[in-house]
Amino acid sequence: MGEPIPQIAHRAISNEVAITVADLDVTYRTTIEKRPTLKQAIVRLGRGKRSVRTVEALKDVSFEVNRGTVLGIIGHNGAGKSTLMRTVAGIVPPTRGKVEVVGRTSTLLSLGVGFNRQLTGRENVILGGLAAGLTKDELEDRYERIAEFADIGDFIEMPMRSYSSGMAARLAFSVAVHLDPDILLIDEALSTGDAVFKEKATERMQELVNNSSTMLLISHALRTIINMSTDCIWLDHGKLMMRGNPEEVVDAYTEYMHVKKTSAVFNDM
Amino acid sequence: MSELAQRKARPVHVFLPHRAGLPRLSTYFVTLWRRRHFAIELSRASMRAAHTNTFFGQFWLVISPALNAAVYFLLVNIIRGGNSGPDFFIHLLAGLFAFNFISATMTAGADSVVRGGSLVLNTAFPLLLLPWSSLRTAFFRFLPSLLILLAFFAYFDWIGPHPMACDQVTGECVALNTVHFSVVQLMAIPAFALIFVFAAGLGALMATVQVYFRDTSQFLPYATRIWLYLSPVLYFADQLQPWMLKVELFNPLYPLLGVWTDTLARGVMPPLTWWLGATAWALGSLLIGTLYFISREREFAVRI
Repeated sequence: MGEPIPQIAHRAISNEVAITVADLDVTYRTTIEKRPTLKQAIVRLGRGKRSVRTVEALKDVSFEVNRGTVLGIIGHNGAGKSTLMRTVAGIVPPTRGKVEVVGRTSTLLSLGVGFNRQLTGRENVILGGLAAGLTKDELEDRYERIAEFADIGDFIEMPMRSYSSGMAARLAFSVAVHLDPDILLIDEALSTGDAVFKEKATERMQELVNNSSTMLLISHALRTIINMSTDCIWLDHGKLMMRGNPEEVVDAYTEYMHVKKTSAVFNDM
Repeated sequence: MSELAQRKARPVHVFLPHRAGLPRLSTYFVTLWRRRHFAIELSRASMRAAHTNTFFGQFWLVISPALNAAVYFLLVNIIRGGNSGPDFFIHLLAGLFAFNFISATMTAGADSVVRGGSLVLNTAFPLLLLPWSSLRTAFFRFLPSLLILLAFFAYFDWIGPHPMACDQVTGECVALNTVHFSVVQLMAIPAFALIFVFAAGLGALMATVQVYFRDTSQFLPYATRIWLYLSPVLYFADQLQPWMLKVELFNPLYPLLGVWTDTLARGVMPPLTWWLGATAWALGSLLIGTLYFISREREFAVRI
């Protein structure tokens, strides 16, 4: 066994609803290429191929989440987990159905590590906060705490292109948890950073849970899901397969996926 | 804070499918306005970052338009045989600086969304702030170039020579320096406002196109150069051949730069048709560019 697995103690969950997802379909068109170019478009046209493909990311998904819940989301790659997060965050609109969210959300998705590498860490923090809807004064108040928590020293005043991936991840995590979110969306974000930072991150998440924040957590590390969440949903090809106690859902999922419960799968976070 | 007060303070967000591909525009623009500081900060930060490693630093804001003017003056004077006077030089500067503002907005606008990367993927905010932030940057880079223009204008009006060009055969002479400060120049302000609005729409349009065709930004330098040669910048509008004038009906920059250079450089009030044409192009560009951007922006998160 490797590092200790983060664990969160849970308070009683409120009966107030924080997130309502009703009959949600999300369908989007995307290109096959990573970088669509005119040349490829012309080549495809010549061969009579279609450039876009329709992805039915979520199909008829409905569930409610009460305030104070830590909801684990599991499923295979491409099951629709990240799309669900983005829909709850308001980044991708529903194609059908409705999503209602009470409170401020803060997202920490796997790719969300600094956005402009030419700018300093500090500038990225301020810009990220402003885009998320905080005022300049609110950010001035929080900036010191964010910098202190990220603990990257003088690097905070340097362009982010000079950061290691671990440093960028720490800063991103620090920003997300210091926006005082009512709802925190975390997508595999704990997979970077060293053991010390992981511990610190878990502590901070515990604080948020104590303050009745709601959390949505995506992880392929099933042990993390069991240890940290109070509730769990399992998505398969965009459909909601099961919802319930994390241990039971994880069991059903692993059985379905014919995955042996090896420690490698469980601890790989 | 009591539990009840806390609950009241929590905003409720309802996300519904978009109608006809557009979110509710009133909500969209209210949010856009509330988060305007993001666009302002982004523009400031990128302007700071652009000159951090250079020797002249912020002075480049003045040096580069001056060098630009020198290059084109040299080019045009060699081609035209060196018989153009101050009138033409002022016209060239005014046109070139406004043109550079438009092309900078297009180029930076095209990159704005794609460069927004993880912010676009992770944060729900009106993405129109990204090309509009580039617009602000382009505007603040344009302002120092007006200082150069003002300096030359003052020199030609007060100090410089007032040469005449005489026809060898007829003996008729024309003054080459009619540069004068006048009240008509104030009309350059609304003229520039039209150029600004036009550029705002074009920047948003380019940002959208760039998401779908990543080669847009490779094409842009050539497209803008051709556009420059087709527009009355390197020559006066009235020097065009009649057949070319017909083509210029389809060139937005003909009336837009026309009203700008006529008012500012020549101190002449342009005809009403030019004003109407410029206004139509400006509003058309803003409307089409903005709506096209907003109708596509929710797809950006799955496209970049």
